[in-house]
Amino acid sequence: MAVRILFLGPLEDIAGAPELALPAPLDWDGLLSAVNSETLMHLQSDRIKVACSGKVLADKFALLAADGEEVALLPPVSGG
Amino acid sequence: MVKKLHYYPQLVVGSVMKDVRLLDHEFDFAELLRTFSLENKAAGGIASFTGQVRPDGDVSMLELSHYEPLTLPGMDALADQACGRFDLDGVLVLHRIGRMAPGDPIVLVAAASAHRRGALQAVDYLMDHLKSAAWFWKRELREDGWHWIEPRTQDYTDRSRWE
Repeated sequence: MAVRILFLGPLEDIAGAPELALPAPLDWDGLLSAVNSETLMHLQSDRIKVACSGKVLADKFALLAADGEEVALLPPVSGG
Repeated sequence: MVKKLHYYPQLVVGSVMKDVRLLDHEFDFAELLRTFSLENKAAGGIASFTGQVRPDGDVSMLELSHYEPLTLPGMDALADQACGRFDLDGVLVLHRIGRMAPGDPIVLVAAASAHRRGALQAVDYLMDHLKSAAWFWKRELREDGWHWIEPRTQDYTDRSRWE
């Protein structure tokens, strides 16, 4: 049973892969414990937003993803 | 013929014709603008903006990535906001994704309105928000490899004009 984690934009290079599968249910601490130290540092910053099942979370610390859900980690968008 | 990859079917919302799309291939912006003009014969005027990949030193390619569940719905909501804020008859918001070369069109927005001010301001509003709030990530290929493009303070400043 898995939650699909997507690393968007520059996070893909930092995480070393575009996606990752983690066991459900998954909370914020569970996610942090599964990534490398550089990714961890970025995820802890306010700059990274989190979407679960296509909705941006107002409070990423309240993440709770169930089996089959998709969690997207969203760095700041690029400017023009 | 332009392939419609990701798009909301053209919707008439109230009396506004709305066309919002993501395109994963080069598009003929002149043709799309011509179609938009024909669909908005009743408007007093049409304003548009076409953004192109800016030639910059040794940059040979630009790549735009997006996140399907957020990017297109976000663009659609933005088009709705523009319709609510300005008195529009029609609105067109098209954005490229994928790989582009310098000089290639990357974005096209157009607004049709009874009077020029609404159309011109709507285009400015749409571009300021697309630049700073739409879910796109860009990286450019230079001679020494790929580089991600960071957010620019100017883009946030431009958007804050509308708050």
